[in-house]
Amino acid sequence: MPQLNMVQAINLALREEMARDDRVVVLGEDVGRDGGVFRVTEGLFEEFGAARVIDTPLSESAIVGAAVGMAAYGLRPVAEIQFMGFIYAAMDQLFAHAARIRSRSRGRFTAPLVVRTPYGAGIKAPELHEESTEAFFCHMPGIKVVVPSGPYSAKGLLLAAIRDPDPVLFLEPTRLYRMVKEEVPEGEYTLPLGKARIVRAGGAVTVVAWGSMLQRTLKAVEGYDAEVIDPQTLSPFDWETLLASVKKTGRLVVVHEAPRTCGLGAEIAATAAEEAILHLRGPVLRVAGPDVPVPLARLVDHYLPSPERIRGALDEVLRY
Amino acid sequence: MPESTLATFSVRRLEIIDPEGNADEALLPDLSGDELRRLYYLLLLTRTFDGRALALQREGRIGTYPSVLGQEAAQVGSAFALAGGEWIFPSFREMGLFFTLGYPIHQLFQYWGGDERGLRAPDGLNIFPVCVSVGTHLPHAAGTALAARIRGERTAVVAYFGDGATSKGDFHEAFNLAGVFRLPVVFICQNNQWAISVPLSAQTASRTLAQKALAYGFDGIQVDGNDLLAVHRATREALEKARSGGGPTFIECLTYRMSDHTTADDASRYRTPEEVAAWRERDPLLRFERFLAKRGLWNEDYAAEMKGKAQGEIDEAVRRFEAIPPPAPGEMYDFVSAELSARQRQQREI
Repeated sequence: MPQLNMVQAINLALREEMARDDRVVVLGEDVGRDGGVFRVTEGLFEEFGAARVIDTPLSESAIVGAAVGMAAYGLRPVAEIQFMGFIYAAMDQLFAHAARIRSRSRGRFTAPLVVRTPYGAGIKAPELHEESTEAFFCHMPGIKVVVPSGPYSAKGLLLAAIRDPDPVLFLEPTRLYRMVKEEVPEGEYTLPLGKARIVRAGGAVTVVAWGSMLQRTLKAVEGYDAEVIDPQTLSPFDWETLLASVKKTGRLVVVHEAPRTCGLGAEIAATAAEEAILHLRGPVLRVAGPDVPVPLARLVDHYLPSPERIRGALDEVLRY
Repeated sequence: MPESTLATFSVRRLEIIDPEGNADEALLPDLSGDELRRLYYLLLLTRTFDGRALALQREGRIGTYPSVLGQEAAQVGSAFALAGGEWIFPSFREMGLFFTLGYPIHQLFQYWGGDERGLRAPDGLNIFPVCVSVGTHLPHAAGTALAARIRGERTAVVAYFGDGATSKGDFHEAFNLAGVFRLPVVFICQNNQWAISVPLSAQTASRTLAQKALAYGFDGIQVDGNDLLAVHRATREALEKARSGGGPTFIECLTYRMSDHTTADDASRYRTPEEVAAWRERDPLLRFERFLAKRGLWNEDYAAEMKGKAQGEIDEAVRRFEAIPPPAPGEMYDFVSAELSARQRQQREI
């Protein structure tokens, strides 16, 4: 079985799905001849041609808006937004249209599309290239939010996302693109959306982390009796898996690199409080980015939750 | 080196019937007497619906409603050029478009009455639901046209919007995309010269809206939007061009919003009665009646008969609309996603 990094795994998923289903098309800035700025779409233009691997003008709103029109017509567009910070120009299309055309038309038109975008800090890139604003999208009904945390899950989740009958925002942790290699099978496998994965079993504390924070969390919890959950899909969230774990361990720590206030950790903590309060032995703690714009490279290590901060939170909840 | 001129552009304007109903015979579209009378009826139907909707809103039987008064010819004339099979992306002030396409009238009352079920287009009619967010549907039109191209289908796409939309970023992005890929889209702007309180002169410094298309590499034409036949002819030509691979066209229908922006607006706050009165002289319905009369297709008796027929059809639609039981609370969940999440299912049960 080939050892692939995440870029290669996503590329393989796109290639296999485009070969399997001629409704699947890729569009975005520099995705064609250039193969994408991270080379995620490399070779697709040569294999499937300009009609299915579409280099668009520099036009984020039209990329997502056109994908809505394409999906309604019967295609399965996979749009790339070059960096998550550029998706803000397309929020209107995602929120006002992709997320609600099914509802607005009472089921007559749907938007089975995927918007892929690299996200997260720590790659020494310019401003707006390192955002982690997944919570915005989780707040909007009608759109799913998926975050793979490794090459294997990236392929399986992306195939599921492309086949999903509704719009999916697929957030690719940029820091992990080439950091880890895993065995990634060729051919068909999907990982169900809305299903979390228990990455590491444990009994004393539940730790939730996704994207590049998962790797960091796994390092941090070494030596602790911690159960680590990778949600994989942030919306809809797999509350069943989370609550079962919290009821078992009685403690919960959420790690995310997004700013703390109104981050997804808030929803996770609130849900634990509403549905598992009698099982909790101590406060739910969040290890999150501070409420500041993501700083550039020189300060980013002070911004991102460090293994020390994660361990600090573990030590604190384990006092109860 | 001396300066040189790289390119010069001109902007065409088309009008066929003058306000007195005199027609330029050479430009008349090929329409039979029956078709002309059908067009007249559609204008009447739209105006009758409009009056009834305003009355129903005042009585609290429907919600906020945007009147189409004065814009009927731009809508009916363009929609009548559609052959069927096109994909259509409307904005929100296009009742005449919907009626011409045969959209069930009671469903429009239903929608403006606050029941989303009215927006479900009948199967086989590819009209997107009303787009309230101004101009943001234009990229969808471009995307659908691109999808049709990818599939090798000769589907033409038509998008409707107003003058305000031409100031939006999505207007630019969609026009640019359509130009770059030479997409089979007909962009129809009803320039009614007011975006709520903002007049055209404060919306753009451009001499015409039509000329904006030139910057995107395709044709723009201004037509007299109160001249049904000019709108019809321009739309038909643009559709033929789109289907034969000639790319997009932008049609600016210069018209006038005779009424308030919506029932929640009071246009007397920002425009003069004289301006409105001047446009009343150019009423598209009146003009079409004069044109038909000159061709022996219209007289007062015929008008009375048709008005009665339109009233009857609208009466029936209102009856049908008001007989529909309100949606059950759980229906708000019905089309959020193909499958509800566990949490949504739980919320629905409460």
